[in-house]
Amino acid sequence: MKPNKSVGIIGYGAYVPKYRIQNTEIARVWGNDPNLVPIREKSVPGADEDSVTIAIEIARNAIIRAGINPSDLRAVWVGSESKPYAVKPTSTIVAEAIAATPFVNAADWEFACKAGSETIQACIAFVGSGMAKYALGIGVDTAQGAPSDALEYTAAAGGAGYIIGSAKESLAIIEASISYVTDTPDFWRRQHEHYPKHGNRFTGEPSYFKHVLSSSKALMEELGTKPEDYNYAIFHQPNRKFPLEVAKILGFPKEKILDGLVSPYIGNTYAGSALLGLAAVLDKAKEGDKIFCTSYGSGAGSDSFSLEVTDKLAERKGKAPSVKSYIERREEIDYAKYARYRKKIRA
Amino acid sequence: MSDNVAVIGVGLSKVGEHWEKSLRSLAIESIWMAFEDSGIDKVDALYVGNMSSGSFVEQEHLGALIADFAGLGPIPAVKVEAACGSGGAAFIEGYIGIKSGMYDYVLVTGVEKMTDVLPSKTTSILANASDRDYEAFHGVSFVALNALVMRRYMHEFNVKREELSIFPVISHKNAPFSKHAMYRKEISLEAVVNSPIIADPLTLMDCAPICDGSASVILCSEKKAREFTDTPILVSGVGLATDTLGVHDRKNITTLSAAVEASKKAYKMAGVTPKDIDIAEIHDAFSIMSALSLEDMGFAKKGQGTKMALEGQHYIGGELPLNLYGGLKARGHPVGATGVYQIGELVSSLRGDGRVDAEIGLAENIGGSGATVSVCVLKRGD
Repeated sequence: MKPNKSVGIIGYGAYVPKYRIQNTEIARVWGNDPNLVPIREKSVPGADEDSVTIAIEIARNAIIRAGINPSDLRAVWVGSESKPYAVKPTSTIVAEAIAATPFVNAADWEFACKAGSETIQACIAFVGSGMAKYALGIGVDTAQGAPSDALEYTAAAGGAGYIIGSAKESLAIIEASISYVTDTPDFWRRQHEHYPKHGNRFTGEPSYFKHVLSSSKALMEELGTKPEDYNYAIFHQPNRKFPLEVAKILGFPKEKILDGLVSPYIGNTYAGSALLGLAAVLDKAKEGDKIFCTSYGSGAGSDSFSLEVTDKLAERKGKAPSVKSYIERREEIDYAKYARYRKKIRA
Repeated sequence: MSDNVAVIGVGLSKVGEHWEKSLRSLAIESIWMAFEDSGIDKVDALYVGNMSSGSFVEQEHLGALIADFAGLGPIPAVKVEAACGSGGAAFIEGYIGIKSGMYDYVLVTGVEKMTDVLPSKTTSILANASDRDYEAFHGVSFVALNALVMRRYMHEFNVKREELSIFPVISHKNAPFSKHAMYRKEISLEAVVNSPIIADPLTLMDCAPICDGSASVILCSEKKAREFTDTPILVSGVGLATDTLGVHDRKNITTLSAAVEASKKAYKMAGVTPKDIDIAEIHDAFSIMSALSLEDMGFAKKGQGTKMALEGQHYIGGELPLNLYGGLKARGHPVGATGVYQIGELVSSLRGDGRVDAEIGLAENIGGSGATVSVCVLKRGD
């Protein structure tokens, strides 16, 4: 739950592609009720973007904020379910692009939407054990929902990454982290399949809610903290409804959730989702603020984190683009262009 | 022929999306409840009502499976299948077992586990109740068949879809009282009309939900029943009839001929007419089925099936209260179990649950789009 050596975030970076498709446009194409869509709009990667290019943008932003030499990174780990290569690491491309090679551990992680938060836990352990001075963990996805499937409304692109270092260099100290995992098949994509399948309502109560609530409660119980002790909370956001509902059950008031709730504007960035929400909160937080964050990955599991902001955040947050600036940088496209960018039209 | 047949035990498990329960554990849950309710601890035979365990959970041979896991010993145990009408058909087999004098005590269990497959597979499995070669094969889903019938009914009798949407409202009205119901809340007519279209003109709330559930009842002779209670609930008439499997083969698609036949038999056996029925559990899988059922069992003239409903006569306190535990729409429709739920609910109402003072009740269970219909008339034995 806690490393031997106290660690924290020394730099963070986010990225969201600029294209947006409105939920009403997707509903129009499939003849669905525009009043029953889950979010306003979602981000769409451009024709030349994938999870590698997005991860590189994220890594660069994180390094700028951390102000470190990339060659001091001992790990570059990327969590994603939309790897351009089935076999061949995304992380080596990212590590090379940011000049972190060759004395670096590079690996790709997969656990549906919580692959990104797992890399952060591994970074905590890597730095906390003394094996590394700095380690970079990224959660990124260019998620695909099958045409006309319920997931098509939310499956989006983007992510965030965190450089972990010693507590004394940190802009936010990570007090502790915990995982809660069971074998619960609520969402999956088999080898050679283009789109994932899911168990509809089964993805809710016995999957998302059970794991997010269990992990969150366990960490607060271990730390002896309560929702009142935190200024902000972020929960994995597959839509707008689920994180608000889970916050309500746990006792976090809505105002502690809204700053980190980005899914209504950009959709569900899967492995990037909770981490992007955390980045949006860091953009806003000030010294002494306490932050609670829980991811969720189908299959299924949750990772929870408890953080406290230090005085170093104020000087570093403005060095790279904020999540808000990425959300506001938008160009709306129609379904035809979306189909082209997402390679839904094939010869 | 032996003595009258009575129901002495009822077990109704909570209907819902039971992802954490297997088919066998659902079945055993209601069986134990029925044993506890009856006061007996063994039966001579088991009839299992189930539509598609082979497709939903890849398990057949339910008679032996459930008899074994419920600890019933090496008794005769078989599955009875008649699509969504399996539960009612199984109950009638159990009735015959007692009535013939073959058995002293019979357990009838309806069980269905529908939520272990994705909805597209569920739709395909439910279409097995239709004529595969002439209906499902051509892409007509089960909801679509009911939509076709409803459209024709609206056209022939100049009935508005809003008028038919009164039936889900009636069923939901009773659901808050029903502890085993899936949706224990009332709904408005506007909510039914404005819910998303599933197969025009059927909206989401015109259709009973996909769910899991199990219901059990224990039967014995009236003589034996009186050893346990002074007020047994007697099965005074049963009728089971069939019709063409495909809707297109029917002379008139807005008539459930099997409901006409089955109800005639049940009324005759019970020595009653529709006017004598105080309460009814009808097969409201789709709103249109409620209207057709009421007409074809003699409660309304053809084309007038919504009249009493719109006059408020099917609520408690009305002339013929319907679906007192939520019906298929609000209690849920775990297909092969539904017919046994209906019998169990009717028994609960006739025993007296504080809401109605009814002496005679009717349960109607439909298989497919009307190819199998069972009608059972039950009455208080005091």
